[in-house]
Amino acid sequence: MAINYLYPEYEAARNYDRCITCRACERQCANGAHEYVDEADKMVCDDSKCVNCHRCVSLCPTRALKIVKSGNTYKENTNWSGKTIDEIYRQAESGGVLLSSMGNPENYPVYFDKILINASQVTNPSIDPLREPMETKVSLGSRPHNIQRDENGRIINNLPPQLSLSMPVMFSAMSYGSISYNAHESLARAAEELGILYNTGEGGLHEDFYKYGKNTIVQVASGRFGVHPEYLNSGMAIEIKIGQGAKPGIGGHLPGTKIVGDISRTRMIPEGSDAISPAPHHDIYSIEDLRQLVFSLKEATDYKKPVIVKIAAVHNVAVIASGIARSGADIIAIDGFRGGTGAAPTRIRDNVGIPIELALASTDRRLREEGIRDNVSIVVGGSIRSSADIIKSVALGADCVYIATGALLALGCHLCRSCHSGRCNWGIATQIPELVKRLNPDMGYKRLVNLMNAWRHEIKEMLGGMGINSIESLKGNRLMLRGAGLNEKELKILGIKYAGE
Amino acid sequence: MQREGQVRIPSGCAISGIIDKSGKRISGEAIIKSISVMHDRSNGLGGGFAAYGIYPEYKDYYALHIFYDSVTAKRECEEYLEGRFDIINLSKIPVRKIREITDEPLIWRYFVTPLPTRLADSQLDEREFVARRVFRINTLIDGAYVFSCGKDMGVFKAVGFPEDVARFYKLEDYEGWCFTAHGRYPTNTPGWWGGAHPFALLDYSVVHNGEISSYDANRRAIEMYGYKCTLRTDTEVITYIIDYLRRKKGLSYEEIASVIAAPFWKTIERMPPQERETHEYLRVMFAAQLITGPFSIIVGFENGVMALNDRLKLRSMVIGEKGDKVYIASEEAAIRIIEPSLEKVWAPKGGQPVVVYLNNPKGGKA
Repeated sequence: MAINYLYPEYEAARNYDRCITCRACERQCANGAHEYVDEADKMVCDDSKCVNCHRCVSLCPTRALKIVKSGNTYKENTNWSGKTIDEIYRQAESGGVLLSSMGNPENYPVYFDKILINASQVTNPSIDPLREPMETKVSLGSRPHNIQRDENGRIINNLPPQLSLSMPVMFSAMSYGSISYNAHESLARAAEELGILYNTGEGGLHEDFYKYGKNTIVQVASGRFGVHPEYLNSGMAIEIKIGQGAKPGIGGHLPGTKIVGDISRTRMIPEGSDAISPAPHHDIYSIEDLRQLVFSLKEATDYKKPVIVKIAAVHNVAVIASGIARSGADIIAIDGFRGGTGAAPTRIRDNVGIPIELALASTDRRLREEGIRDNVSIVVGGSIRSSADIIKSVALGADCVYIATGALLALGCHLCRSCHSGRCNWGIATQIPELVKRLNPDMGYKRLVNLMNAWRHEIKEMLGGMGINSIESLKGNRLMLRGAGLNEKELKILGIKYAGE
Repeated sequence: MQREGQVRIPSGCAISGIIDKSGKRISGEAIIKSISVMHDRSNGLGGGFAAYGIYPEYKDYYALHIFYDSVTAKRECEEYLEGRFDIINLSKIPVRKIREITDEPLIWRYFVTPLPTRLADSQLDEREFVARRVFRINTLIDGAYVFSCGKDMGVFKAVGFPEDVARFYKLEDYEGWCFTAHGRYPTNTPGWWGGAHPFALLDYSVVHNGEISSYDANRRAIEMYGYKCTLRTDTEVITYIIDYLRRKKGLSYEEIASVIAAPFWKTIERMPPQERETHEYLRVMFAAQLITGPFSIIVGFENGVMALNDRLKLRSMVIGEKGDKVYIASEEAAIRIIEPSLEKVWAPKGGQPVVVYLNNPKGGKA
């Protein structure tokens, strides 16, 4: 093999005093990193194949394995980091675009971590959620301008279709194809038990999962894979995906090797053919075209489903959102630049888009200034990592959040960021049957339910601490937030005061 | 130091109210006596009264009560008013100089009606026209502050204990069919008269005890509908919410209570289908007008009052009834002092509105 200049970034460190050569690691590693050497009766590891997914570490019965940084360094250079140098070597060798998975890992500010939450003292009692009702239910959708009454003066329910959620969280779009059948089943069942929604992503909806329709958002993306009338009518809402936080401005590409069996059927494309989602929708070249698609979908579903328009957080997100709010959409989903992906060009993932906290704050303000905030609900995603991030998002003005990376972590994902290889050892981002079966939906869904219930408890505690007993009274309640470590401009965009003010 | 409006100052309080359903006008003495009993619930940093039915001779005109910081502000404001209103009468509001009340601004009263041409040009209904002009004065004319602008009603407020404020304004000389009162206990020194309660817009006045935790959610929502929260007080935002829901959305007071102190979802689930649908509708439609955190409020309006507690009842509030009179106060003692032999005394539950209308809707104004 030709010299590729690359030294593995991580290595599997084996404690040979503990290793019993049971070969579990060898069987678990789909990348073939571990190998048993018969003549020496010992396990060896090719670190260049290791993606640091921790499958072997987690399953080693004697805890003989751990992954450590290899420690190999180039001559120190603050301008040319080791990562940058390695990427140049890789591109010089392949001539290709670098691919990455999951969210932007680079060192940009995480605004959530510079925002602090308020609590009541003396003048206003905090509320104990164990003693008093504490409401986390939200309703997403457009609000009409006028109240109508019948001849007896009773209010007529003129609300457009709404999404009712037990808590302000939904599982965001991950297609069947990019993640496995078992991962989808886990998400769907968890959504059902939790009284929230999951999102099909752009790969259509497997026929086994139509029964979870009351907890499903069906997505229509630029590839229009798996879109047909029954599909559109099967869920509670339809999401038009314009963009994704991890890769704003570009489309998607699911390689033909993954278009097998049920995936081919569900996507309605031949087996082995590449599924290419174009960068734009070719019937949407401007905002007036979006309006037409929104209403085409509403016509197709008899105006019974709210339509979500999902965009990536880009520089003029607030103005774009304002256009969407006037386009007939009921809900706007904004995906921040930290949002995950099954595969994206590295340069795009790491350099395009803006933080969700700023995008949300600007959009909420803009829609209020224009007096059209009631036209739409706002859902934000792109790295919501905890219940505290949810509280902060809602206080900045979101109606609800989308989570995906957090949900995958609950299912066992270790953020090795190698989804694009298709050999996910945890059975999530793969279609290889023997890997897929490693994810047991009975356990997977339960872990998702646990995670959300834990977050719900934490949300209630934080709300109670603020003296609030309904999440609705937190929406846009920016006085409940303070910044720490932010400059004047950042505070202004976020619309919050500095701690101590 | 930042004054009220630039900074948000939480405060505790005492409230009291009296209404005579027959529309019979009573003197201000009773309400003064009632609020005085709760002296310890205020700390001398704000007191005030709203009185309904006090200007029968000018009942068709908007009564503007205005604080001026300077003669310049007065001149500028009067010039503004003259361009937009027919001023029927203007005078200083009579006050009594007392030791307890100091640093008073210029306090003037105008009875006005919109100039028909300006009103027609604006394409607004009369009340919206007046409300917008008041917002303009309060936000754009430095040193002028309209603190009362309803018809046949008026607000009287100052920095001081409520009983002193009453003496200052000679409240005992006024007769009305309804009075509400407020004694304030802010956690900071506002030092500004506009910050005292009641807060009023058009005929709506609110006295409020509590600190709402939903404040900024409510403020940002209501500002979207053209209201300007210049004071940053709970009472201001509550008044605007009530004006918005009543005047602009046409909700009844009972429906307004179901919005701002909404029943819990669990309670709504147990309601009969029709009622359930209405409550679900109100909660979804007006989620941003839900008020959380402790409050007890008395809302005065053109033909009655509403008393309401937050949905957990985190503030005390008692109702007393005798004949045509209904009494509302933070403490029962404040009712007993003026009416020892009540027919009925009770404490409404959290979120349960007590709405009292005049027997004859026009009774108070006849």
